[in-house]
Amino acid sequence: MEVKIKSMKHEDFKDNEYIDKLVEELNASGTNVVVGKLDQLINWGISNSLWPFCFGTSCCAIEFMCLGAARYDMARFGFEVARNSPRQADYIMCQGTITYRMAPALKRLYEQMAEPKYVIACGACTVSGGPFKNSYCVVKGVDEIIPVDVYLPGCPPRPEAMFYALMQLQRKIKVQKFFGGVNRKEKRKEFFESKQVAPTVEQAQDSTIENLNNQE
Amino acid sequence: MADFQEQIGNLCPEAQFDASGEFLLVTVPDEKWHDLATALKNEMHFDYLTALVGVDWKEELGVMYYLTNTETQDMIHVKVATTDREQPRLHSVSDLWAVANYQEREVFDFYGIEFINHPDMRRFFLRNDWVGYPLRKDYDESPEKNPIRLDDEQNEDDTYRLVEDENGNVTRVDGKVFEDEEYVINVGPQHPSTHGVMRYRASIEGELVKKVDVVSGYIHRGIEKMCESLTYPQTLLYTERLDYMSAHINRHCLCLCIEKAMGLEVPRRAEIIRMTMDELMRLSSHLLSYGCLTMDQGATTAFFYGFRERELIYDIFDKTCGARMSMSYMTIGGVVADVHPDFIKDVRNCCDVVTEKLKEYHKLFSGNVIAVNRMKGVGILGKEDAINYAVTGPSGRASGCHCDVRKCHPYSLYNEVDFDEVILENGDSMDRYMVRMKEMEECIKILRQCCDMLEAEGIEGEYIAKVPKLIKLPAGHWYQQVEGSRGAFGVYLESDGDPKPFQKPYRLHFQSPCFNLVGVVDLTCKDNLIADLITITASIDYVIPDIDR
Repeated sequence: MEVKIKSMKHEDFKDNEYIDKLVEELNASGTNVVVGKLDQLINWGISNSLWPFCFGTSCCAIEFMCLGAARYDMARFGFEVARNSPRQADYIMCQGTITYRMAPALKRLYEQMAEPKYVIACGACTVSGGPFKNSYCVVKGVDEIIPVDVYLPGCPPRPEAMFYALMQLQRKIKVQKFFGGVNRKEKRKEFFESKQVAPTVEQAQDSTIENLNNQE
Repeated sequence: MADFQEQIGNLCPEAQFDASGEFLLVTVPDEKWHDLATALKNEMHFDYLTALVGVDWKEELGVMYYLTNTETQDMIHVKVATTDREQPRLHSVSDLWAVANYQEREVFDFYGIEFINHPDMRRFFLRNDWVGYPLRKDYDESPEKNPIRLDDEQNEDDTYRLVEDENGNVTRVDGKVFEDEEYVINVGPQHPSTHGVMRYRASIEGELVKKVDVVSGYIHRGIEKMCESLTYPQTLLYTERLDYMSAHINRHCLCLCIEKAMGLEVPRRAEIIRMTMDELMRLSSHLLSYGCLTMDQGATTAFFYGFRERELIYDIFDKTCGARMSMSYMTIGGVVADVHPDFIKDVRNCCDVVTEKLKEYHKLFSGNVIAVNRMKGVGILGKEDAINYAVTGPSGRASGCHCDVRKCHPYSLYNEVDFDEVILENGDSMDRYMVRMKEMEECIKILRQCCDMLEAEGIEGEYIAKVPKLIKLPAGHWYQQVEGSRGAFGVYLESDGDPKPFQKPYRLHFQSPCFNLVGVVDLTCKDNLIADLITITASIDYVIPDIDR
């Protein structure tokens, strides 16, 4: 199945094998007609109105502001409503270095976001620590603390590159499944367990719900 | 210089002098330091503490104080050190120069030097449960000691001071930042109007701010420590990631400092190109601060206007340097490549466009009744306070200080161009805004002259001096300052004269202007409305990565 988004042609993307593989994996055991259509409808809605959460710590944030300003105008693709509160945002674009002191705050902001939520690691610092990799207090990539959907290298990335990353996210959203099949929450649980981080508020709630269900 | 030596010798007979460097170096024992400092400030009028640099000289830990006389612009520096590594203590000068308050906290954070009589001895950048002092040469960097902690810091309110009695006995007195009955509001670290990850804790009474506690370090990356393990050309890249809105200027400063240490002559053409880039950067920075200040007050259109003109400048950078931000264009000995053939044409065009648009900006915002009501007479910073807190740049000049480094200590070719230093008197938010608007006109004036100078040099020419492949500096220390977009940016460079092929700086300190700017937030916001905290901080206009480094 070809993953189509409005703003860019399928063949213009450089990594189509990857998304095709993802689609194949997700549809390996077939899809129910009704549920599949419902998924498509939801994904169409989400992918065309992605609201970013302004989380800029340094240089990348300035480029992100350029993205919102008149020349690049991200409003064309439905990304325009930049929110300052995590509760109202769909995805968090980490712009800039995350230090040890900032790490707990970032984790909490991620937890405060409503489902479904996505993360873009924007800039070399958030991908791997970038130029500050050897520092004593820089987190070597945000994927040490939160799960990342799209990695965007560059120091800082150009606005065009930011568009590319946002479109990659749109494509990923286009193929996701809400009903049956793959469960994002399950994957996230695995992620946090593998990172051996103390259980989060969200996980604690999940486990209490599970306990309640078991008791019933 | 000999004159100062005699005067200081009379004030403090124990002082030792070294006049071989660029400024007179005075070495004083710690016991005599506070008395000498008082005399230096009150009698010899050294009222501006330009830089305060902590250094670990292995056998001793200490601090370098760079002092400036704001009337004559003379500079001296004083070295105070202690041999005690277990419990190093020096006397605080924060009662004389208010700027030393935060600076000493920084030194405490990095080197563990406690300052006697300092009012609030807390860490500044790192978490309060951090183990060790990272800039000491014997710091243990193993990640087990300081893992990523995902829990909140405990006991944030706890602080202490060291009090000395008449007999010289020092006792520790514990205290609290805020009393229990105070109502404290938290702003940040993730807040759209703090322009980055800055956090304030403001104690309020009704709607009036009583005290603001600045909690910094959310973007502290330890750049100074990393520089100690890199060669000189490698350290250049970090300067652009300090204050990214004056990337070229910061890089220029470090280049100048290393060139000064090497005794390298830079081709004239390279200096002109550098100066042009600096002014373009300043213009771009002021346009951004216009955009952000207006947006913080709800004027979104003005923000778009500011960014529209910035794209012109970005295009110029893009053509010549190959990047929009973090250009990595200047290098030791000159610039990495000659300018694009369209450069002069583009710069002239940019000047014309911005001159025209500035009128539009004023029409849109400057006279607006909301802007006037929210900025006029709000957040006043007097001239004496500005000097005391070492506030420089547009914010300092709005308070009436003559502090433009381009005029006071001319570097590059600034003594060849004709421009005015914009100085206003009131020191409120409105004046800080107006200084920037007027400075943009001065920038354009300089840029036009730069274009003429560049044209006179011809289309092509030598843009980089002959630089040895391996850069080795003699033992010594140097200080260089330039006028950044937000104030005097300084670089302290110390070399131990290591004969190994890849020599690394022994100590590299960046004296960032924004660090001083954030020091006046408490002073200016006091007794103002909590809502004005946003406009005041926006008009002071700091960049957080520059504070935190």
